[in-house]
Amino acid sequence: MLQTAQKTSRGKKHWFHKEIPFHLMLLPAVILVFIYMYVPMAGLVIAFEKFIPAKGLFGDQKWIGWDNFIYLYHLPGAINALRNTVIIAFFKIVLHLLIPVTVSILLNEVRSAAFRRTAQTLIYLPHFLSWIIMGGILIDLLSPSGGLINNFLGLFGIEPIFFLGSNKYFRFTLISTDVWKEFGFNTIVYLAAITNIDPTQYEAATIDGANRFQRMIHVTLPNLRMIIVLMMVLSLGNVLNAGFDQVYNLYSKQVYESGDILDTFIYRVGLIDAQFGVATAMGMFKSLVSTLFISVSYFAAYKFADYRIF
Amino acid sequence: MVESKHWSARLFVILNYLIISLLALSCLIPLIHVLAVSLSSSAAATGGLVVLWPVDFTLESYAYVARRAAFWRSMLISLERVIVGVGLNMLFCIVCAYPLSKERQQFRFRTAYAWYFFITMLVSGGLIPLYMVVFQTGLTGTFWSLVIPGAVPVYNIILLLNFFRQTPRELEEAAIMDGASQWRILWQVYVPTSTAALATVALYSTVYHWNEWFNGILYLSSPDQYPLQSYLRTIVIDMKLTNMGANDWQALALVSDRTVKCAQIFLASIPMLILYPFLQRYFVKGLVLGSVKG
Repeated sequence: MLQTAQKTSRGKKHWFHKEIPFHLMLLPAVILVFIYMYVPMAGLVIAFEKFIPAKGLFGDQKWIGWDNFIYLYHLPGAINALRNTVIIAFFKIVLHLLIPVTVSILLNEVRSAAFRRTAQTLIYLPHFLSWIIMGGILIDLLSPSGGLINNFLGLFGIEPIFFLGSNKYFRFTLISTDVWKEFGFNTIVYLAAITNIDPTQYEAATIDGANRFQRMIHVTLPNLRMIIVLMMVLSLGNVLNAGFDQVYNLYSKQVYESGDILDTFIYRVGLIDAQFGVATAMGMFKSLVSTLFISVSYFAAYKFADYRIF
Repeated sequence: MVESKHWSARLFVILNYLIISLLALSCLIPLIHVLAVSLSSSAAATGGLVVLWPVDFTLESYAYVARRAAFWRSMLISLERVIVGVGLNMLFCIVCAYPLSKERQQFRFRTAYAWYFFITMLVSGGLIPLYMVVFQTGLTGTFWSLVIPGAVPVYNIILLLNFFRQTPRELEEAAIMDGASQWRILWQVYVPTSTAALATVALYSTVYHWNEWFNGILYLSSPDQYPLQSYLRTIVIDMKLTNMGANDWQALALVSDRTVKCAQIFLASIPMLILYPFLQRYFVKGLVLGSVKG
């Protein structure tokens, strides 16, 4: 009896001793994550303060309760930014699913491997260029005076369109160029799922008299169901992410009405106008909603697709 | 397999090749256009004569960029950022993913630590509080503001820990028999057997650090500290769109140094253009975080 007790206690000590290297490996990262990720979370208190940056994050700031939120609520630009964010993010989420799935199924029907590989390499390309480079390219291409696109449209007698300068076209331009930049890269995950489909399923369908089109609809698509649902669920976390990098590099004052989003609004109000409290109130709203959606999406993915992260 | 020779099947094949060719070309043409403009004379470029082939071929714009010290300085800062930033990312990624990849029997606190990291993917303090923290830790205005706040890449850690789990346990057990410490097991067993996974993570990190531009603008006080992408923003974006009406815009387009901008855009894309085709086979591994069972 005594002996067993001693054994377990020594065993415990032994275990603890063995785990020390693991703790040490994690320690520096734990500290950095604490400083640059957890402290900013606590820093959200700025939202309830009349914040004076010089006094510091946890300095003696004046507590003003919900005033910043009430101020935001009455600020027309804030509601406008929220509306634009939801609209732009919604269309991006939907199209980032539909188009890559369609393109992957079409790519799968290409018989020539060399052609398919070349096409794949090319459609991945825009993903690897930053929104600065893409912004520069698009500003040039879409320019109403001498831009390639407007010159092309001019051949059909279409007047130059201010893609980036008019509220009528700006959202459409944002959504379509973002889909264009990412659709290729987004096909990768579906193409990987397609290569895992058992070829005998196609053979069986062919024997049953299914033509090519029917095989796409009745074999390829159902096999992608799981991954499509998973990607759909995981993209829910982006409801308030309309794409800061893109919008900030393409928008201008004329198109705030249709293109200003929460993130650009927060940046301008906070760091250009130095209204830290107001901007953080908006940021806090965004964080809370995003956290809710991301948590629900991971939980749903875990429940329905048996998706495990760690 | 008997292929139907019906006209609709043939039409589909033709249409399919056509659609995919158009999509692929749509991704290539803008870059070719930029290259063509950068190699054309400024008169031809501003006259809108250039489509996909240089008009009045000249290397004038590249010669101009070559003399522009600011461009090369920012390029060097970017290189430095990639080396230091990716180095830090990889180091933290490896030393964190390893303990987190252990079973609970081996490391009892693993789940607690995993949640500690995972929560940062769900909740964020947002722009302003983070800015204040970076400011109060004294990083603003220094190179370190570009690499320290994001040094621990949580997403990549989770990717890598899932790879580490696939490493055969026997290798580790054999090393333990030989009396190897956990450090040695990590560096001599896990790291060498996970080169594909590490390449994936390094690729993502490199693309991130090369393309990231906002931190430079946010944290650095003067443009001569900017990495390439932040510098490019001041050249190709700022000058053109902000605070301009439609008429100013048209006027500016006529006198703009369009060819020089295109040359810089093209030069800045070269590293990614070279890098990504070779690493294509690694992308897929990193795309879906975690795993789906069943």
